[in-house]
Amino acid sequence: MKHLGVRRWRVGIRASLLGLGLTLVVAAATRGRSPDAVTTPTADEEVLERLPTFTEGKRARELRRLRAQLAANPSDLDLAVRTAELGIELSRASSDPRFQGYAEAALAPFWRSPAPPPVTLTLRATLRQSQHDFVGALEDLDRVLARSPDDVQAWLTRAVVLTVLARYDEALVACAKLERRTSPLVVAVCVETLASLTGQAVGAYTRLSTAAAQGAHLSPPEAAWVASTLGELAVRAGLPDAGRAHWRRALELEPSDPYVLAALSDLDLDTGRAPDVVARLAGREDNDLLLLRLAIAEAELRAPGAEAHAELLGQRFRASRQRGDVVHRREEARYLVALGRDAGDRARALSLALANWEVQREVPDARVLLEAAHAAGQRGAAAPALEWLARSGCEDPTLRRLRRELE
Amino acid sequence: MTRAERTCARAWGLFVLCCVAACACPRAAWAHKPSDAYLALSVSGAVVSVRWDLALRDLDDELGLDRDENGTITWGEARGAAAAVAAAAWPALEVRAGDGEGVLCTQLGEAAPPAIVRHTDGAYLVLRRELSCGAPPRALALRYGLFFARDPQHRAVVRVDSGAASRSLVLSATQREARVDLADPAPGRRAFLTMLREGASHIAQGYDHLLFLFALLLPSVLARRPGRPGLVPVAGLRPALLDVLRVVTAFTAAHSLTLSLAALDVVRLPARLVESAIAASVVFAAVGNLRPARRASRRRWAAAFVLGLMHGFGFSAALSDLELGRGALVVSLLGFNVGVELGQLALVIVTVPLAFAARRTWFYRRVVLGLGSIGIACVALVWLAERALAVKLWP
Repeated sequence: MKHLGVRRWRVGIRASLLGLGLTLVVAAATRGRSPDAVTTPTADEEVLERLPTFTEGKRARELRRLRAQLAANPSDLDLAVRTAELGIELSRASSDPRFQGYAEAALAPFWRSPAPPPVTLTLRATLRQSQHDFVGALEDLDRVLARSPDDVQAWLTRAVVLTVLARYDEALVACAKLERRTSPLVVAVCVETLASLTGQAVGAYTRLSTAAAQGAHLSPPEAAWVASTLGELAVRAGLPDAGRAHWRRALELEPSDPYVLAALSDLDLDTGRAPDVVARLAGREDNDLLLLRLAIAEAELRAPGAEAHAELLGQRFRASRQRGDVVHRREEARYLVALGRDAGDRARALSLALANWEVQREVPDARVLLEAAHAAGQRGAAAPALEWLARSGCEDPTLRRLRRELE
Repeated sequence: MTRAERTCARAWGLFVLCCVAACACPRAAWAHKPSDAYLALSVSGAVVSVRWDLALRDLDDELGLDRDENGTITWGEARGAAAAVAAAAWPALEVRAGDGEGVLCTQLGEAAPPAIVRHTDGAYLVLRRELSCGAPPRALALRYGLFFARDPQHRAVVRVDSGAASRSLVLSATQREARVDLADPAPGRRAFLTMLREGASHIAQGYDHLLFLFALLLPSVLARRPGRPGLVPVAGLRPALLDVLRVVTAFTAAHSLTLSLAALDVVRLPARLVESAIAASVVFAAVGNLRPARRASRRRWAAAFVLGLMHGFGFSAALSDLELGRGALVVSLLGFNVGVELGQLALVIVTVPLAFAARRTWFYRRVVLGLGSIGIACVALVWLAERALAVKLWP
């Protein structure tokens, strides 16, 4: 008996040592792969970084030139405005927020004056909107409009911000102010977007399609903007194929627009076309919006690298949280719903989706809240989005489906 | 090789293969992120070691690193500019001992040679310097002012470590100064208690860990009949408790080991692999209970150890989500681990006395041990499928 007991111990110890040894082998094999390890490169030719002048080309070089000029003459309002506008444009095209910082730096001296020029406040409203400071943006716009009630850009930005906040009646007032101050097509985009959110999805899409067909000659960026709005309205009206066609048109005009790429990828994910998403977004991992869609599509297809992409995205959300940013809550909630591992992740997704809903209330915000509540098994938590859905009369097919699933 | 060793070797063969596959994955492109600098201060006596990571992109914007203007920065260009970077950067950082007008901490010895580190949005130049504050500081006052003129959205993500305590803060164009109290001994204790709670709540929600342990504990109140097949209830409490002690200790030792390895960044494994392996370990533990010869095997502690290694990696995922500072890492790790052990202990206290009381009944042998193990195995199989294939089989 005693002898047998000793043998059992010995076998157990040997098995344990084997397991331990193998763990150490794995540990040794993966050591030094930590992403934030400090290194000293050996070759002077080793390329460490590609600058925006390389990746964004002409416009980034132009911005650099403008900023250099402005540094020599910081009180040149016209130069500052052109610099800020180009910075905002580049930040949109590339989703690189450093360009917003450069735009802010160009305008900052004017904001310090007691009565900043209105155009600088309109631009600040746009910058504040990108940082989800919607209240600050509205304050700036109110100041501009109090002084220049004909400012088309200020009314349009105000309509957009109020739409994000789901204050549709006030947004409609802002759209109405555009009437006779700008082209009928811009007014139509403004008004029909609201109609599409408030129970007239099909009518809004039809009317905007007509307005676009009758529209005057548009510059490519304007045409891309109209096409991307039409895509949104079509999908909301339950016409995914029409939506896809509009977004493809928008991409012909602006091939790398991250918002259209993300919208089209979401539609593909909803309609079982994950392979299209992978094909479209491979190589666009630099953009968090697009990496999120890519990682979800890859996880669906169980593609190699899916795990690495999900992990990378997690690191980026951590980096963003570290600096105290909250602009990615919608995306992080969706990430945790779609790629989360456990109940803790699902609970975190729900609290992020709820916090995000307190700040912005667009269709994707409602969607991620419904999905997060569903995933966490807390139907009651979806109440704010459901209430909004009932009150607005929004007919988005995905939201309606999610509501049925929750009920 | 015994059967236990073979099984264990097979499981680990798969494990190693998966690791190799995971490491072979290409590193994806950089993200776009607002401009950040990472500033780590480590206080030891009167000396403050500073590590400052500055994005090459920001440095190029400020100082023009791209000598040949080809839109890329090479190591040669970065190294060549290191002196200019140091000259521009260090005056923008002020570290004082004590309050606002305390003693300025000044450079001590030579600065370390430049190096490179990668953050999520690209390559950063690492500046390192040791500062002397004269006497061990009770508090640090920081003043920071780099890059704000060219990019007001720039921020410094700061971490101050002293002893076991670690504090994080963010400096920005609108908040350029901060005061960090080093005398307060509470952060270490607070970190410990916070992490203790996190550990306990993690195990309370981690059904996979609990089911694993539960499955291993079920046969502890039974023993093999000497020389004959079948099982008999243990006569007294002592052998049962000894068995429980062996299993729990082995599990604890194993997961503490791998949790530490992972938390200290010695080894990292892909989450999907770890989660799948944990589910598989639950299946393994439950199925083991169904084989009469092994049911009461006194070798279950070895299974608890080998399979417990994977559970440690699982705990580390939860821990990394909590973002620990380096200085507080050991204290936090300890707190988290103790929390996990307390959760485990609660399970033992609830199940073992009940099992012991019911050990002689048909109900315990057939329903609890038999059907219970089958049930656990089924649940864990579903988890395994869900995790390995990344599908959702139940809500």
